[in-house]
Amino acid sequence: MENEFQPIIVGFLCNWCSYRAADLAGTARIRYAPTMRPIRVMCTARVEPEFVLKALREGADGVLIAGCHPGECHYVEGNIKALRRFILLKAMLRQFGVEDERVQLVWAAASEGKQLAEAVDRMTEQLRALGPLRWRQRVLGEQPVARHAREVEVGGD
Amino acid sequence: MPRPTFAMYWAASCGGCEISLLNVGELILDVDAAFDVVFWPCVADFKYQDVEGYPDGYIDLCLFNGAIRNSENEELAHLLRRKSKTLVAFGSCACEGCAPGLANLTTNAATIRTVYTDSLTTDESRTQAPRPVTQVPEGEIRIPVLYETVRTLDQVVPVDYIIPGCPPEARQIAAVLRAVLTGMPLPPPGGTIIGAGNVALCEECPLAKNVKQITRFYRPYEIVPEPGICLLEQGLVCMGPATRSGCGALCPQVGMRCEGCYGPLDGQDQGARMLAAVASVVAAGGAHLDEHAQAEEIAAVMDTLVDPAGTFYRFSLAHSLLRRARVADNSA
Ligand code: SF4
Ligand code: SF4
Ligand code: SF4
Repeated sequence: MENEFQPIIVGFLCNWCSYRAADLAGTARIRYAPTMRPIRVMCTARVEPEFVLKALREGADGVLIAGCHPGECHYVEGNIKALRRFILLKAMLRQFGVEDERVQLVWAAASEGKQLAEAVDRMTEQLRALGPLRWRQRVLGEQPVARHAREVEVGGD
Repeated sequence: MPRPTFAMYWAASCGGCEISLLNVGELILDVDAAFDVVFWPCVADFKYQDVEGYPDGYIDLCLFNGAIRNSENEELAHLLRRKSKTLVAFGSCACEGCAPGLANLTTNAATIRTVYTDSLTTDESRTQAPRPVTQVPEGEIRIPVLYETVRTLDQVVPVDYIIPGCPPEARQIAAVLRAVLTGMPLPPPGGTIIGAGNVALCEECPLAKNVKQITRFYRPYEIVPEPGICLLEQGLVCMGPATRSGCGALCPQVGMRCEGCYGPLDGQDQGARMLAAVASVVAAGGAHLDEHAQAEEIAAVMDTLVDPAGTFYRFSLAHSLLRRARVADNSA
Protein backbone atom coordinates (compact mmCIF):
# COMPACT_ATOMS: atom_id res chain seq x y z
CA MET A 1 0.00 0.00 0.00
CA GLU A 2 3.03 2.24 0.10
CA ASN A 3 2.29 3.84 -3.23
CA GLU A 4 -1.33 4.58 -2.41
CA PHE A 5 -2.20 8.26 -2.70
CA GLN A 6 -2.33 9.82 0.74
CA PRO A 7 -4.53 12.87 0.50
CA ILE A 8 -3.80 15.91 2.60
CA ILE A 9 -6.81 17.09 4.57
CA VAL A 10 -6.60 20.38 6.39
CA GLY A 11 -8.88 20.02 9.41
CA PHE A 12 -10.28 23.10 11.12
CA LEU A 13 -11.42 21.80 14.48
CA CYS A 14 -13.49 23.69 17.00
CA ASN A 15 -11.70 24.08 20.31
CA TRP A 16 -14.75 23.13 22.39
CA CYS A 17 -15.83 19.90 20.74
CA SER A 18 -14.16 18.50 17.65
CA TYR A 19 -10.61 19.27 18.76
CA ARG A 20 -11.39 17.40 21.96
CA ALA A 21 -12.96 14.64 19.90
CA ALA A 22 -9.67 14.35 18.01
CA ASP A 23 -7.83 14.29 21.33
CA LEU A 24 -10.11 11.58 22.59
CA ALA A 25 -9.60 9.57 19.43
CA GLY A 26 -5.88 9.76 20.18
CA THR A 27 -6.00 8.81 23.84
CA ALA A 28 -8.50 6.04 23.09
CA ARG A 29 -6.07 4.77 20.45
CA ILE A 30 -8.66 4.71 17.71
CA ARG A 31 -6.94 3.92 14.45
CA TYR A 32 -7.76 6.21 11.56
CA ALA A 33 -6.14 7.58 8.43
CA PRO A 34 -3.17 9.86 9.19
CA THR A 35 -4.28 12.29 6.51
CA MET A 36 -5.61 15.18 8.55
CA ARG A 37 -3.52 18.19 9.56
CA PRO A 38 -5.54 19.57 12.46
CA ILE A 39 -5.77 23.30 13.08
CA ARG A 40 -7.48 24.39 16.27
CA VAL A 41 -9.93 27.27 15.94
CA MET A 42 -12.08 28.72 18.71
CA CYS A 43 -15.28 28.13 16.74
CA THR A 44 -16.21 26.93 13.26
CA ALA A 45 -17.46 30.48 12.69
CA ARG A 46 -13.81 31.53 12.81
CA VAL A 47 -13.15 29.59 9.61
CA GLU A 48 -13.23 32.36 7.03
CA PRO A 49 -13.99 31.15 3.51
CA GLU A 50 -10.55 32.57 2.71
CA PHE A 51 -8.93 29.91 4.93
CA VAL A 52 -10.55 27.16 2.89
CA LEU A 53 -9.57 28.64 -0.47
CA LYS A 54 -6.03 29.20 0.75
CA ALA A 55 -5.72 25.62 1.95
CA LEU A 56 -6.91 24.29 -1.41
CA ARG A 57 -4.57 26.56 -3.32
CA GLU A 58 -1.60 25.77 -1.14
CA GLY A 59 -1.75 22.03 -1.63
CA ALA A 60 -4.59 20.52 0.41
CA ASP A 61 -6.64 17.88 -1.37
CA GLY A 62 -9.57 18.56 0.93
CA VAL A 63 -10.71 20.64 3.88
CA LEU A 64 -12.65 19.30 6.83
CA ILE A 65 -14.43 21.72 9.13
CA ALA A 66 -15.63 20.12 12.33
CA GLY A 67 -17.69 21.73 15.04
CA CYS A 68 -20.28 21.25 17.75
CA HIS A 69 -23.74 19.95 16.91
CA PRO A 70 -26.36 22.65 16.27
CA GLY A 71 -27.69 23.89 19.60
CA GLU A 72 -24.44 23.07 21.37
CA CYS A 73 -22.21 25.88 20.16
CA HIS A 74 -20.18 27.60 22.86
CA TYR A 75 -21.03 30.89 21.17
CA VAL A 76 -24.71 30.01 20.71
CA GLU A 77 -24.84 29.88 16.93
CA GLY A 78 -21.36 30.12 15.52
CA ASN A 79 -21.81 26.70 13.98
CA ILE A 80 -24.98 27.82 12.19
CA LYS A 81 -23.06 30.75 10.81
CA ALA A 82 -20.46 28.25 9.59
CA LEU A 83 -23.23 26.15 8.07
CA ARG A 84 -24.60 29.14 6.13
CA ARG A 85 -21.16 29.96 4.75
CA PHE A 86 -20.43 26.35 4.00
CA ILE A 87 -23.56 25.83 1.90
CA LEU A 88 -22.80 28.90 -0.20
CA LEU A 89 -19.10 28.08 -0.39
CA LYS A 90 -19.86 24.67 -1.82
CA ALA A 91 -22.10 26.17 -4.48
CA MET A 92 -19.32 28.55 -5.42
CA LEU A 93 -16.58 25.92 -5.38
CA ARG A 94 -18.63 23.80 -7.74
CA GLN A 95 -18.32 26.63 -10.27
CA PHE A 96 -14.56 26.48 -9.80
CA GLY A 97 -14.61 22.76 -10.55
CA VAL A 98 -13.92 21.68 -6.97
CA GLU A 99 -15.94 18.56 -6.13
CA ASP A 100 -18.33 18.64 -3.15
CA GLU A 101 -16.40 15.90 -1.32
CA ARG A 102 -13.30 18.07 -1.07
CA VAL A 103 -14.81 20.46 1.46
CA GLN A 104 -16.85 18.93 4.24
CA LEU A 105 -18.54 20.14 7.39
CA VAL A 106 -19.20 17.63 10.15
CA TRP A 107 -20.48 17.87 13.68
CA ALA A 108 -18.52 15.99 16.35
CA ALA A 109 -19.06 16.54 20.06
CA ALA A 110 -16.17 16.24 22.54
CA SER A 111 -17.22 12.67 23.31
CA GLU A 112 -17.41 11.63 19.67
CA GLY A 113 -13.82 10.66 18.97
CA LYS A 114 -14.98 7.66 17.03
CA GLN A 115 -17.33 9.71 14.82
CA LEU A 116 -14.57 12.17 14.00
CA ALA A 117 -12.14 9.38 13.18
CA GLU A 118 -14.76 7.82 10.92
CA ALA A 119 -15.33 11.14 9.19
CA VAL A 120 -11.62 11.41 8.44
CA ASP A 121 -11.49 7.83 7.16
CA ARG A 122 -14.54 8.36 4.99
CA MET A 123 -13.21 11.60 3.56
CA THR A 124 -9.80 10.03 2.93
CA GLU A 125 -11.44 7.31 0.85
CA GLN A 126 -13.49 9.84 -1.09
CA LEU A 127 -10.43 11.95 -1.83
CA ARG A 128 -8.49 8.87 -2.90
CA ALA A 129 -11.22 8.17 -5.42
CA LEU A 130 -11.06 11.77 -6.69
CA GLY A 131 -7.28 11.93 -6.81
CA PRO A 132 -5.02 14.82 -5.90
CA LEU A 133 -6.15 18.42 -6.33
CA ARG A 134 -2.78 20.22 -6.74
CA TRP A 135 -4.24 23.59 -7.52
CA ARG A 136 -1.01 25.51 -8.08
CA GLN A 137 0.46 22.87 -10.27
CA ARG A 138 -2.49 21.62 -12.26
CA VAL A 139 -4.78 24.61 -12.34
CA LEU A 140 -2.42 27.56 -12.21
CA GLY A 141 0.37 25.80 -14.05
CA GLU A 142 2.95 26.76 -11.44
CA GLN A 143 5.96 24.67 -10.49
CA PRO A 144 5.16 21.56 -8.46
CA VAL A 145 5.46 21.92 -4.72
CA ALA A 146 7.06 18.77 -3.33
CA ARG A 147 4.93 17.20 -0.65
CA HIS A 148 7.28 14.30 -0.08
CA ALA A 149 10.78 14.18 -1.50
CA ARG A 150 9.98 10.82 -3.06
CA GLU A 151 6.96 12.12 -4.90
CA VAL A 152 8.98 14.43 -7.07
CA GLU A 153 11.38 11.67 -8.03
CA VAL A 154 8.61 9.34 -9.10
CA GLY A 155 6.84 12.18 -10.87
CA GLY A 156 3.81 12.69 -8.64
CA ASP A 157 0.53 11.42 -10.00
CA MET B 1 14.40 71.34 -20.21
CA PRO B 2 12.39 68.70 -22.08
CA ARG B 3 8.89 68.00 -20.81
CA PRO B 4 8.24 64.76 -18.99
CA THR B 5 6.80 62.04 -21.22
CA PHE B 6 3.41 60.35 -20.94
CA ALA B 7 1.98 57.12 -22.34
CA MET B 8 -1.31 55.30 -22.03
CA TYR B 9 -1.96 51.83 -23.35
CA TRP B 10 -4.92 49.44 -23.52
CA ALA B 11 -4.46 45.72 -23.32
CA ALA B 12 -7.60 43.55 -22.87
CA SER B 13 -9.97 46.39 -22.09
CA CYS B 14 -13.11 48.17 -23.18
CA GLY B 15 -11.86 51.70 -23.68
CA GLY B 16 -13.77 53.03 -20.68
CA CYS B 17 -10.56 53.76 -18.82
CA GLU B 18 -9.44 56.15 -21.54
CA ILE B 19 -12.80 57.94 -21.36
CA SER B 20 -12.49 58.19 -17.60
CA LEU B 21 -9.15 59.94 -18.01
CA LEU B 22 -10.76 62.47 -20.33
CA ASN B 23 -13.48 62.88 -17.70
CA VAL B 24 -11.08 64.81 -15.50
CA GLY B 25 -12.31 67.84 -17.46
CA GLU B 26 -10.07 70.77 -18.14
CA LEU B 27 -7.32 69.25 -16.03
CA ILE B 28 -6.55 67.21 -19.13
CA LEU B 29 -5.29 70.44 -20.71
CA ASP B 30 -2.78 70.78 -17.90
CA VAL B 31 -1.69 67.20 -18.50
CA ASP B 32 -1.31 68.00 -22.17
CA ALA B 33 0.66 71.13 -21.37
CA ALA B 34 2.90 69.47 -18.83
CA PHE B 35 3.61 66.20 -20.62
CA ASP B 36 4.85 65.17 -23.98
CA VAL B 37 2.58 62.36 -25.18
CA VAL B 38 4.82 59.68 -26.66
CA PHE B 39 2.40 56.74 -26.96
CA TRP B 40 -1.38 56.59 -26.71
CA PRO B 41 -2.99 54.37 -29.36
CA CYS B 42 -6.50 55.51 -28.44
CA VAL B 43 -5.92 59.15 -29.33
CA ALA B 44 -2.76 59.41 -31.41
CA ASP B 45 -1.08 57.34 -34.08
CA PHE B 46 2.05 55.86 -32.59
CA LYS B 47 3.44 52.50 -33.61
CA TYR B 48 4.92 49.82 -31.39
CA GLN B 49 8.19 50.38 -33.25
CA ASP B 50 8.23 53.96 -32.00
CA VAL B 51 8.15 52.69 -28.43
CA GLU B 52 10.82 50.08 -29.16
CA GLY B 53 13.01 52.90 -30.40
CA TYR B 54 12.80 54.87 -27.16
CA PRO B 55 15.63 54.43 -24.67
CA ASP B 56 14.80 52.38 -21.57
CA GLY B 57 13.05 54.44 -18.90
CA TYR B 58 12.17 57.10 -21.49
CA ILE B 59 8.48 57.28 -20.51
CA ASP B 60 8.04 59.12 -17.22
CA LEU B 61 4.42 58.13 -16.59
CA CYS B 62 2.67 55.20 -18.24
CA LEU B 63 -0.97 54.43 -17.48
CA PHE B 64 -1.63 50.84 -18.47
CA ASN B 65 -5.21 49.65 -18.59
CA GLY B 66 -6.53 46.27 -19.57
CA ALA B 67 -5.82 42.71 -18.53
CA ILE B 68 -3.24 40.36 -19.99
CA ARG B 69 -5.35 38.16 -22.22
CA ASN B 70 -3.10 37.36 -25.17
CA SER B 71 0.51 37.35 -26.34
CA GLU B 72 0.32 40.93 -27.63
CA ASN B 73 -0.88 42.21 -24.25
CA GLU B 74 2.01 40.44 -22.58
CA GLU B 75 4.60 41.73 -25.03
CA LEU B 76 3.42 45.30 -24.55
CA ALA B 77 3.42 44.88 -20.78
CA HIS B 78 7.10 43.91 -20.89
CA LEU B 79 7.95 46.59 -23.42
CA LEU B 80 6.21 49.37 -21.51
CA ARG B 81 7.68 48.22 -18.22
CA ARG B 82 11.13 48.50 -19.72
CA LYS B 83 10.49 51.90 -21.27
CA SER B 84 8.67 53.45 -18.28
CA LYS B 85 9.98 55.02 -15.12
CA THR B 86 6.57 54.85 -13.45
CA LEU B 87 4.16 52.15 -14.58
CA VAL B 88 0.60 52.42 -13.28
CA ALA B 89 -1.96 49.61 -13.41
CA PHE B 90 -4.91 51.78 -14.32
CA GLY B 91 -8.43 50.47 -13.79
CA SER B 92 -9.92 47.19 -12.69
CA CYS B 93 -8.85 45.19 -15.78
CA ALA B 94 -5.16 45.90 -15.19
CA CYS B 95 -5.45 45.65 -11.38
CA GLU B 96 -7.79 42.70 -10.86
CA GLY B 97 -8.67 41.21 -14.24
CA CYS B 98 -12.20 42.66 -14.24
CA ALA B 99 -14.65 41.37 -16.86
CA PRO B 100 -11.95 39.84 -19.12
CA GLY B 101 -10.81 37.85 -16.07
CA LEU B 102 -14.17 36.10 -15.87
CA ALA B 103 -12.95 34.01 -18.80
CA ASN B 104 -10.96 32.19 -16.11
CA LEU B 105 -14.19 30.42 -15.13
CA THR B 106 -14.03 28.44 -18.37
CA THR B 107 -11.73 27.43 -21.25
CA ASN B 108 -10.75 29.30 -24.38
CA ALA B 109 -12.30 26.55 -26.47
CA ALA B 110 -15.64 27.12 -24.72
CA THR B 111 -15.37 30.90 -25.07
CA ILE B 112 -14.54 30.67 -28.75
CA ARG B 113 -17.35 28.19 -29.32
CA THR B 114 -19.83 30.55 -27.69
CA VAL B 115 -18.67 33.56 -29.62
CA TYR B 116 -18.07 32.07 -33.07
CA THR B 117 -20.31 29.02 -33.26
CA ASP B 118 -23.20 29.05 -30.82
CA SER B 119 -24.15 32.70 -30.88
CA LEU B 120 -26.94 33.75 -33.20
CA THR B 121 -25.72 35.80 -36.11
CA THR B 122 -27.19 37.50 -39.15
CA ASP B 123 -24.06 36.71 -41.13
CA GLU B 124 -23.75 32.95 -41.49
CA SER B 125 -20.44 33.27 -43.32
CA ARG B 126 -18.69 34.58 -40.24
CA THR B 127 -18.03 31.35 -38.44
CA GLN B 128 -14.27 31.28 -38.74
CA ALA B 129 -12.75 31.16 -35.27
CA PRO B 130 -9.52 33.11 -34.83
CA ARG B 131 -6.38 31.23 -35.81
CA PRO B 132 -2.95 32.44 -34.75
CA VAL B 133 -1.53 31.82 -38.22
CA THR B 134 -3.45 32.03 -41.51
CA GLN B 135 -2.11 31.51 -45.02
CA VAL B 136 -3.31 33.97 -47.62
CA PRO B 137 -2.06 34.38 -51.20
CA GLU B 138 0.09 37.29 -50.08
CA GLY B 139 1.77 35.27 -47.37
CA GLU B 140 1.24 34.51 -43.71
CA ILE B 141 -0.97 36.51 -41.36
CA ARG B 142 -0.33 36.21 -37.65
CA ILE B 143 -2.59 37.40 -34.86
CA PRO B 144 -1.90 37.31 -31.12
CA VAL B 145 -2.33 33.99 -29.31
CA LEU B 146 -5.15 33.87 -26.76
CA TYR B 147 -4.05 32.63 -23.33
CA GLU B 148 -6.03 30.11 -21.27
CA THR B 149 -5.60 32.15 -18.13
CA VAL B 150 -6.20 35.89 -17.98
CA ARG B 151 -3.68 37.68 -15.77
CA THR B 152 -3.41 41.08 -14.20
CA LEU B 153 -0.61 43.48 -15.05
CA ASP B 154 1.20 42.89 -11.76
CA GLN B 155 1.16 39.14 -12.36
CA VAL B 156 3.25 39.76 -15.47
CA VAL B 157 5.57 42.69 -14.65
CA PRO B 158 6.31 44.72 -11.50
CA VAL B 159 3.95 47.66 -11.17
CA ASP B 160 4.65 50.91 -9.32
CA TYR B 161 1.11 52.10 -8.62
CA ILE B 162 -2.37 50.69 -8.81
CA ILE B 163 -5.41 52.88 -9.45
CA PRO B 164 -8.50 50.70 -9.06
CA GLY B 165 -12.02 51.16 -10.41
CA CYS B 166 -14.01 50.21 -13.49
CA PRO B 167 -13.23 52.77 -14.55
CA PRO B 168 -11.43 54.82 -11.90
CA GLU B 169 -13.49 57.79 -10.77
CA ALA B 170 -12.53 61.06 -12.47
CA ARG B 171 -12.26 62.77 -9.09
CA GLN B 172 -9.72 60.18 -7.94
CA ILE B 173 -7.74 60.34 -11.17
CA ALA B 174 -7.71 64.12 -10.94
CA ALA B 175 -6.32 63.97 -7.42
CA VAL B 176 -3.48 61.70 -8.54
CA LEU B 177 -2.75 63.80 -11.64
CA ARG B 178 -2.74 66.98 -9.62
CA ALA B 179 -0.24 65.45 -7.22
CA VAL B 180 1.97 64.39 -10.13
CA LEU B 181 1.68 67.76 -11.87
CA THR B 182 2.49 69.80 -8.77
CA GLY B 183 5.35 67.51 -7.83
CA MET B 184 3.71 66.47 -4.59
CA PRO B 185 5.28 63.32 -3.20
CA LEU B 186 3.38 60.12 -3.94
CA PRO B 187 3.55 57.20 -1.52
CA PRO B 188 6.54 54.92 -2.13
CA PRO B 189 6.01 52.83 -5.27
CA GLY B 190 5.82 49.05 -5.39
CA GLY B 191 2.29 47.94 -6.18
CA THR B 192 0.95 50.77 -4.05
CA ILE B 193 -2.75 51.55 -4.33
CA ILE B 194 -3.51 55.22 -4.93
CA GLY B 195 -6.66 57.08 -5.87
CA ALA B 196 -8.92 55.03 -3.59
CA GLY B 197 -9.92 54.68 0.05
CA ASN B 198 -8.78 52.05 2.49
CA VAL B 199 -11.98 51.11 4.27
CA ALA B 200 -14.91 49.06 3.00
CA LEU B 201 -17.36 50.84 0.71
CA CYS B 202 -20.14 50.40 3.29
CA GLU B 203 -18.36 52.96 5.44
CA GLU B 204 -18.83 55.68 2.86
CA CYS B 205 -22.31 54.54 1.91
CA PRO B 206 -25.02 56.74 3.45
CA LEU B 207 -27.78 54.11 3.30
CA ALA B 208 -29.23 53.08 6.67
CA LYS B 209 -28.11 49.74 8.00
CA ASN B 210 -30.36 47.88 10.44
CA VAL B 211 -28.71 44.43 10.39
CA LYS B 212 -31.87 42.98 8.97
CA GLN B 213 -31.92 39.35 7.93
CA ILE B 214 -33.23 38.23 4.59
CA THR B 215 -34.98 35.11 3.33
CA ARG B 216 -34.20 35.36 -0.38
CA PHE B 217 -31.95 37.19 -2.81
CA TYR B 218 -33.15 39.28 -5.72
CA ARG B 219 -31.56 40.06 -9.05
CA PRO B 220 -31.59 43.78 -9.80
CA TYR B 221 -34.50 43.58 -12.26
CA GLU B 222 -36.73 41.73 -9.79
CA ILE B 223 -37.11 44.45 -7.22
CA VAL B 224 -37.34 48.20 -6.85
CA PRO B 225 -35.37 48.81 -3.69
CA GLU B 226 -36.71 51.05 -0.98
CA PRO B 227 -34.70 54.24 -0.98
CA GLY B 228 -32.42 55.06 1.92
CA ILE B 229 -32.05 51.49 3.17
CA CYS B 230 -29.04 49.21 2.74
CA LEU B 231 -29.49 47.13 -0.42
CA LEU B 232 -27.88 44.01 0.97
CA GLU B 233 -30.50 44.01 3.72
CA GLN B 234 -33.15 44.15 0.99
CA GLY B 235 -31.80 41.01 -0.65
CA LEU B 236 -29.66 42.58 -3.36
CA VAL B 237 -26.13 41.23 -3.42
CA CYS B 238 -24.45 44.58 -2.82
CA MET B 239 -20.68 44.10 -2.75
CA GLY B 240 -20.10 47.03 -0.39
CA PRO B 241 -18.80 44.94 2.53
CA ALA B 242 -16.03 43.39 0.38
CA THR B 243 -15.13 46.38 -1.79
CA ARG B 244 -12.60 49.16 -1.33
CA SER B 245 -14.05 52.61 -0.86
CA GLY B 246 -13.12 55.50 -3.09
CA CYS B 247 -15.97 56.00 -5.52
CA GLY B 248 -18.22 57.64 -2.92
CA ALA B 249 -20.68 54.71 -3.01
CA LEU B 250 -22.04 55.93 -6.33
CA CYS B 251 -24.11 52.88 -7.20
CA PRO B 252 -25.97 52.12 -3.93
CA GLN B 253 -26.97 55.76 -3.63
CA VAL B 254 -29.01 55.46 -6.79
CA GLY B 255 -30.48 52.08 -5.87
CA MET B 256 -28.02 49.97 -7.82
CA ARG B 257 -26.06 47.38 -5.87
CA CYS B 258 -22.31 47.86 -5.78
CA GLU B 259 -20.82 45.25 -8.06
CA GLY B 260 -17.36 45.57 -6.57
CA CYS B 261 -15.39 47.47 -9.20
CA TYR B 262 -12.93 49.05 -6.77
CA GLY B 263 -11.72 45.59 -5.87
CA PRO B 264 -10.88 44.09 -2.49
CA LEU B 265 -9.26 45.79 0.47
CA ASP B 266 -5.56 45.12 1.11
CA GLY B 267 -4.80 41.48 1.68
CA GLN B 268 -8.39 40.36 1.24
CA ASP B 269 -10.02 38.04 -1.23
CA GLN B 270 -13.08 39.86 -2.48
CA GLY B 271 -15.16 36.80 -3.29
CA ALA B 272 -14.45 35.01 -0.04
CA ARG B 273 -15.20 38.16 1.98
CA MET B 274 -18.42 38.71 0.12
CA LEU B 275 -19.42 35.12 0.65
CA ALA B 276 -19.01 35.56 4.40
CA ALA B 277 -20.92 38.85 4.37
CA VAL B 278 -23.78 37.33 2.41
CA ALA B 279 -23.96 34.30 4.68
CA SER B 280 -24.35 36.53 7.68
CA VAL B 281 -27.50 38.24 6.40
CA VAL B 282 -29.30 34.99 5.63
CA ALA B 283 -32.07 34.51 8.16
CA ALA B 284 -32.74 30.83 7.62
CA GLY B 285 -31.66 28.13 10.01
CA GLY B 286 -33.86 28.82 13.03
CA ALA B 287 -32.84 27.03 16.22
CA HIS B 288 -36.27 25.37 16.49
CA LEU B 289 -35.50 23.21 13.43
CA ASP B 290 -33.54 19.98 13.47
CA GLU B 291 -30.08 19.89 11.85
CA HIS B 292 -31.29 18.59 8.54
CA ALA B 293 -34.22 21.00 8.19
CA GLN B 294 -31.97 23.90 9.11
CA ALA B 295 -29.50 23.00 6.38
CA GLU B 296 -32.31 22.64 3.85
CA GLU B 297 -33.78 25.99 4.71
CA ILE B 298 -30.41 27.69 4.34
CA ALA B 299 -29.77 25.91 1.04
CA ALA B 300 -33.14 27.13 -0.27
CA VAL B 301 -32.17 30.76 0.42
CA MET B 302 -28.71 30.29 -1.10
CA ASP B 303 -30.31 28.82 -4.23
CA THR B 304 -31.85 32.22 -4.94
CA LEU B 305 -28.35 33.61 -5.37
CA VAL B 306 -27.60 32.95 -9.03
CA ASP B 307 -23.97 32.52 -10.06
CA PRO B 308 -22.09 33.17 -6.80
CA ALA B 309 -18.62 32.92 -8.39
CA GLY B 310 -19.45 35.33 -11.19
CA THR B 311 -21.11 37.74 -8.77
CA PHE B 312 -18.56 37.76 -5.97
CA TYR B 313 -15.60 37.84 -8.34
CA ARG B 314 -17.09 39.95 -11.11
CA PHE B 315 -14.04 42.20 -11.05
CA SER B 316 -11.35 40.34 -9.17
CA LEU B 317 -11.27 36.73 -10.34
CA ALA B 318 -7.88 36.91 -12.06
CA HIS B 319 -6.31 38.26 -8.86
CA SER B 320 -8.23 36.06 -6.42
CA LEU B 321 -7.01 33.20 -4.27
CA LEU B 322 -8.04 30.45 -6.67
CA ARG B 323 -7.57 32.66 -9.71
CA ARG B 324 -9.17 30.35 -12.21
CA ALA B 325 -11.52 27.38 -12.39
CA ARG B 326 -10.37 23.85 -12.78
CA VAL B 327 -11.55 22.67 -16.18
CA ALA B 328 -10.76 19.06 -17.09
CA ASP B 329 -6.99 19.22 -16.88
CA ASN B 330 -5.92 22.82 -17.09
CA SER B 331 -2.94 23.39 -19.28
CA ALA B 332 -2.44 26.69 -17.40
S1 SF4 C 1 -11.44 48.70 -15.97
FE1 SF4 C 1 -13.54 48.87 -16.72
S2 SF4 C 1 -13.54 50.77 -17.86
FE2 SF4 C 1 -11.41 50.17 -17.62
S3 SF4 C 1 -10.93 48.97 -19.44
FE3 SF4 C 1 -11.59 47.55 -17.86
S4 SF4 C 1 -13.77 47.23 -18.26
FE4 SF4 C 1 -13.17 49.10 -19.31
S1 SF4 D 1 -24.08 46.71 1.56
FE1 SF4 D 1 -24.24 48.20 -0.08
S2 SF4 D 1 -26.08 49.37 0.35
FE2 SF4 D 1 -25.52 48.29 2.23
S3 SF4 D 1 -24.27 49.75 3.35
FE3 SF4 D 1 -22.86 48.49 2.16
S4 SF4 D 1 -22.57 49.63 0.27
FE4 SF4 D 1 -24.38 50.49 1.26
S1 SF4 E 1 -20.44 51.48 -5.86
FE1 SF4 E 1 -19.19 49.69 -6.28
S2 SF4 E 1 -19.57 49.16 -8.43
FE2 SF4 E 1 -20.30 51.27 -8.07
S3 SF4 E 1 -18.56 52.57 -8.64
FE3 SF4 E 1 -18.42 52.20 -6.44
S4 SF4 E 1 -17.09 50.41 -6.22
FE4 SF4 E 1 -17.76 50.51 -8.35
